[in-house]
Amino acid sequence: MYVYDEYDQQMVDERVVQYRDQTNRFLAGELPAEEFQHLRLRNGLYIQRLAPMLRIAVPYGMLSTRQLRKLAHITRHYDRGYAHFTTRQNIQLNWPKLEEVPDILEELATVEMHAIQTSGNCIRNVTSDQYAGVARDEIEDSRPWAELIRQWSTFHPEFNWLPRKFKIAVTGAEGDRAAVQVHDIGVRILREDGQTRFEVLAGGGLGRTPVIGPVIRRYLEPKHLLTYLEAILRVYNRYGRRDNKYKARIKILVRAMTPEVFAEKVEEEWATLKDGPATLIQEEIDRVRQHFTTPPYETLDDHVPEVDDLLTDNSGFNNWVKQNIKPHKQPGYVIVNLAMKQTGIAPGDVTDEQLEIIADLADEYSFGEVRVTHEQNVTLADVPKKSLHALWSRLVDADLASPNLGLLTDIICCPGGDYCSLANAKSIPVAEAIQRQFEDLDYLHDLGELAVNISGCMNACGHHHVGNIGILGVDKKGREFYQVSIGGSGHEDASLAKILGPSFAQKEVPLVIQKLVDVHLEHREGEERFIDTYRRLGIEPYKEAVYASWEI
Amino acid sequence: MGDLIRGNAIRAEGDTEMLSLEAFLAGNDKAQAVWLDADEEVESIADYLSEIPAVGLNFPAFSDGRPYSGAAILRRHYHFAGEVRAIGDIRVDQLEQMVRCGFNAFHLADGQNSDRALEKLRGFSFSYQQTVDREPLFRKRA
Repeated sequence: MYVYDEYDQQMVDERVVQYRDQTNRFLAGELPAEEFQHLRLRNGLYIQRLAPMLRIAVPYGMLSTRQLRKLAHITRHYDRGYAHFTTRQNIQLNWPKLEEVPDILEELATVEMHAIQTSGNCIRNVTSDQYAGVARDEIEDSRPWAELIRQWSTFHPEFNWLPRKFKIAVTGAEGDRAAVQVHDIGVRILREDGQTRFEVLAGGGLGRTPVIGPVIRRYLEPKHLLTYLEAILRVYNRYGRRDNKYKARIKILVRAMTPEVFAEKVEEEWATLKDGPATLIQEEIDRVRQHFTTPPYETLDDHVPEVDDLLTDNSGFNNWVKQNIKPHKQPGYVIVNLAMKQTGIAPGDVTDEQLEIIADLADEYSFGEVRVTHEQNVTLADVPKKSLHALWSRLVDADLASPNLGLLTDIICCPGGDYCSLANAKSIPVAEAIQRQFEDLDYLHDLGELAVNISGCMNACGHHHVGNIGILGVDKKGREFYQVSIGGSGHEDASLAKILGPSFAQKEVPLVIQKLVDVHLEHREGEERFIDTYRRLGIEPYKEAVYASWEI
Repeated sequence: MGDLIRGNAIRAEGDTEMLSLEAFLAGNDKAQAVWLDADEEVESIADYLSEIPAVGLNFPAFSDGRPYSGAAILRRHYHFAGEVRAIGDIRVDQLEQMVRCGFNAFHLADGQNSDRALEKLRGFSFSYQQTVDREPLFRKRA
């Protein structure tokens, strides 16, 4: 993974000093709260319902074991011994003290981490495919490009005060695990005559107005990546709406101008930047790329008879392998996913001890690196197949072997009303109630891939619009209700979920999900996925099943 | 209004009169300082930049980032060499970003500490991006 050079390190160190000064001046009453709010948000610090919340950047989800151990130390020393993996591959602390945040940042800086631009109306942490560099369907490793974008967007002086937040995602594979179609900018790597090219999408997004982003440029040459992004950002910074926060995202601008006119405007702006000093040079591309070379793989046979034997003998191991393991491009290796979705624990939450155990296991079995996924799970990307059983046994001991990756109970869920001051409703208890309703593992496996996403408000941190089943917390005269929608996908077949009908009380939600699942089981053909059955049938049968028994 | 910072020093207030865009465009003498509001485009004065001594760009609120692009375009696209002054809601913590975009004079908002402002003109030691006075960091690394 990327390792800081002296420049990167100095920038992060200087940021700690700068933020400490801002915090001190706020505490001394020199910096008004309304101004400090903007400054602390650009450093990921929210003032929440019960305490501040600090969002720490994990660029495109990559973490070293040294960083994991530091995070474990920080959660223990400055927080309550646990942290939370977010839906944008970041990590959040729920109970830091405002006056201690500079110290936390100083600790983070020693392991090349920070909280820069994890909130506020600026360019946020760039996200990517958690299987980058190891996936079988990969065209090219997206991480060097994500890193180049990270550096370009860090402290960009022109784009720190945008109309609204701005999120960029990059994918280099056939399958889209980075949800590039629902980002402010999505970058897809493709090949043209053996050369790397980019397809650029702009104006996608979730939130109040979900939109699938249109392609505004095809076959962009790599050297132009940053100047082209700069042109998009400049058009957005100048012309994006600032009068209404709900209409301030770039998707509204792209839609108002039409994608064609927006693309022309960007081309016009780009003409003034193209081939200028910000044009990427090959030395820099090579410098960044050499940080993402393949680890020293052993030459291994892809067929491991002892693992096959264990699979036959041990159904627990078998279930986990079937669900949580993905194929690897290197023979004899697999991708292992830890589903951080144990029933009774808030989705994405991890304790300090678990962080340390994950670090130990990554050192032993996966070249000392892990990835955080936007499904709030953790990936060990380079595990020898022959070590699978040993690894699994250790994960079981640490409560990290939930065999439900991609299943109904692998719920993507924002912190919701338990923590977040923006939320209209709680989301964690809803996730737990659904997990309790569907405890039968065989049933879940039989049901197959089914993404459930829960957001506690319109800001859509739980990405409910792209859930096969999406659940949105709404406030009705001070009471919490839940609107259910179906048919969303955040992958290469991206689609936005449709609202089923009137919303439900919290206790009704698990039953609603049960009814939706019953329709699926009744109508599916063969092993058909929930989303495919839905696409074939349309919304009506689901609607009927759910509302028929309700008096509305 | 607070103090004017220019050339890394605190200046007395009110030294250069700036015309509004409307008045500037209506007048015959283009060798005049002019100020633009955040929704007025720098392109509208492009033809006169060789004569204009100073351009003011107004920040209606410190959170309104449009003038940063205005300054960057004036410097990097039009190579404007005169003064680019930040006016309006100018807070000391944002000065380093303004400097990197090309502002070189700052009319501070009321209540801002001018000595602090002088400290804050200097920001990070490096810049990943191309700025008015620096090439992108990657060219330095190469």
